[in-house]
Amino acid sequence: MATELTVLPTQNLIPFKGVKKVTTEEYFTSGHRTCQGCESALVMKLMAKAAGPRTVILGSTGCMYVANTTYYSTSWVVPWMHTQLGASGSAAVGTAAGLKALMRKGRIKEEPINVIAFCGDGGGADMGLSSISAALTYPEYNFLILMYDNESYANTDIQLSSMTPYGANTTFSPPGKARRLLHKRWKKNVAGMLAAGHPECRYVATVDASYALQMMNRVRKALSIGGPTFIHSLDPCPKGWDYDPMLSHELGELAVETGVWPLFEVENGVLSFYGKSKGIAHGAPRKPVREYLLKQGRFAHFTEEDIAYFQRKIDEMWEQWLLPGIAPFRLAGEIRKALAASEAEGNGHE
Amino acid sequence: MSVVTLEAPAKEKEKELLISGCAAIAQALRLASIDVVTAYPIRPYDTVMQAVAKLIANGELDAEYIVASSEHDQFEIVKHASAVGARTFCGSSGVGWMYAMEALAVTPALRLPLLALVGNRALDDPGAFGCEHNDALAVRDLGWMLTWVDTAQEALDTALICYRVAEDPRIFLPCAIGADGAFLTHSEALVKVPSQEQVDRFLPKYNRGDKQLHPDNPITVAPQANEDWVMEIRKQNDEAMRRAHDVIEEASRDYHRIFGRRGDNPFVETYMIEDAEIILFGQGTLSLPAKVGVRKLRERGHKVGFVRLKWLRPFPTQEVQEALVGAKAVGVIDRDYSFGAPNHGAVLYTEVRSALFDLAQRPAVVSFICGLGGREVTLDSVTEMSEVLLKVARTGRVDQPNYWIGVRG
Repeated sequence: MATELTVLPTQNLIPFKGVKKVTTEEYFTSGHRTCQGCESALVMKLMAKAAGPRTVILGSTGCMYVANTTYYSTSWVVPWMHTQLGASGSAAVGTAAGLKALMRKGRIKEEPINVIAFCGDGGGADMGLSSISAALTYPEYNFLILMYDNESYANTDIQLSSMTPYGANTTFSPPGKARRLLHKRWKKNVAGMLAAGHPECRYVATVDASYALQMMNRVRKALSIGGPTFIHSLDPCPKGWDYDPMLSHELGELAVETGVWPLFEVENGVLSFYGKSKGIAHGAPRKPVREYLLKQGRFAHFTEEDIAYFQRKIDEMWEQWLLPGIAPFRLAGEIRKALAASEAEGNGHE
Repeated sequence: MSVVTLEAPAKEKEKELLISGCAAIAQALRLASIDVVTAYPIRPYDTVMQAVAKLIANGELDAEYIVASSEHDQFEIVKHASAVGARTFCGSSGVGWMYAMEALAVTPALRLPLLALVGNRALDDPGAFGCEHNDALAVRDLGWMLTWVDTAQEALDTALICYRVAEDPRIFLPCAIGADGAFLTHSEALVKVPSQEQVDRFLPKYNRGDKQLHPDNPITVAPQANEDWVMEIRKQNDEAMRRAHDVIEEASRDYHRIFGRRGDNPFVETYMIEDAEIILFGQGTLSLPAKVGVRKLRERGHKVGFVRLKWLRPFPTQEVQEALVGAKAVGVIDRDYSFGAPNHGAVLYTEVRSALFDLAQRPAVVSFICGLGGREVTLDSVTEMSEVLLKVARTGRVDQPNYWIGVRG
């Protein structure tokens, strides 16, 4: 008996070829009450725009739930449903499975419907990681899980998450007289972890809404490639990062230019860097992280020593990791030798 | 699976199978043509998922069969599948049910008609696979309809009735079936499995109408309502639960008619209560030792009866009052605990006592905690409880409101 999975076709969302080719229709529109300069609201708008009208969106608890769906004034033009904080993966699976069963049984019209579940860094990298990991192992369902990472539990008053950068001032990690840095955990490497740990997942990418076109086209690719996919977006947050709202776009660019935020995608098992990260991966100079850190009040208590430590960690990622942004380890000497010998004999891949 | 097929009656196409309570529910799921089912292992409910897996593997059931990574995932997946209009099934036991609690708690306000099986199990630690009702009881106050079944036949019948009630647009509430771990989940009995044609006559397709999440119906589900609207939404839940009583009655009546079952009271099973001076009251499989005990005590001339509660939510206040009003003393057997409750009784006791309070002349009520952690409720236990009640009936006094029965030390 055949072991093939029945996979439904996806919408063929071809990339927008330039800003002028982007559709004017909005599917996330007025009616929300996000903060001025909220980058995550922009991510929602671009994500919905990229996906188009035949889409169902599930949103787990967080800013983009609480601020966007005040009863009687929803900002969602496409169907939208709340899911629990740690349930974005399950929400995507359940919605896709339900639609698939109903289409197979002729109860609703058969058509490719985009399913997107989004979560914040708390919902995705902390509580919902297991659910997302599980979701990425069901190749028979088509959906995208998008994690908007504003690096704290911003909706509940800026408490640190496992995605909060080292040393940052949050309401759970205030700098004090006895301890300047209460938070000394290094940020999780979620996109890399999910790409490396889910061999059948066909698309994982990092994005940054400061590069809106690139971001939207990655959403379109994730929805078109088939099966479960994941996108990790870094979202500057004026309230949580403590900066003037007019700087959101600039901080998004600085995150990439300093190398703090590598932009990459793993498409059908092939890793590539894109945007300015591509040059950085090939040795182009990075701006000093100081430029990024000192624009944000959450690092105002940093000493020169703290900034130097942060810079060393970023240098380490680009210069010593096997795969920057993905694999935080180096190969042992004998493996390197064996690989080099194999390459020399012409047995290497490609 | 050991299957005995007996000769079916000529006019009906139903068949008779020797199957466990869990396998009987799996048969109901096949007949209900469920769309999405999520499995995760924990004893003892999980035998239903093993039976479902076989039905799927053999092509007897066409559903999305998803092995989840936790109970929370299990219930979140079916919750969202139900929101787009799929008929779903899920279940758990003991601490697994508790792990899913967040998803369980939010489902009633979403008005999603999930059906769940709770194979009742003690909340370990300390480790125990055995039956205790505290797992399912944890959703008692949350808007889940909650029923307890006694036999494999009742499990199958009730599962079909539950889909019809839960998916009725007047109700749209989730429903959980409590089945005593091991005693019912794993015990085999002869079960009449109805024909597809009968089930199709009884159970319409799940239709969510204008609440279905779909691009053709772009609604926003579960927004931030806060103090502006949450109280009105809770009140709607309450009204649906109030309506559930009559819808259960209606569905049960139709079921009995179409499937040729006896037209029993859907809410309480009464046993030898007509002239009873004392009545034992409980739910689930303890009805077997209770009924045998009642017969033995009757042989000795004692006027004893037994009442089995079938639906805990909605609680059938009037039916319970009518069943118990004639007795001098009622003993409520709880296979659960509620530490620190009034009189240190447990859940059923508190509910029944409250339901009887408004009667002008009400029986004395005694609390018995018995059969925890899978311990058997024995004939001796039934005799011991009955003797307490006989004394209360004789003296008209409740000297001790609560007893732990069959416990050492």
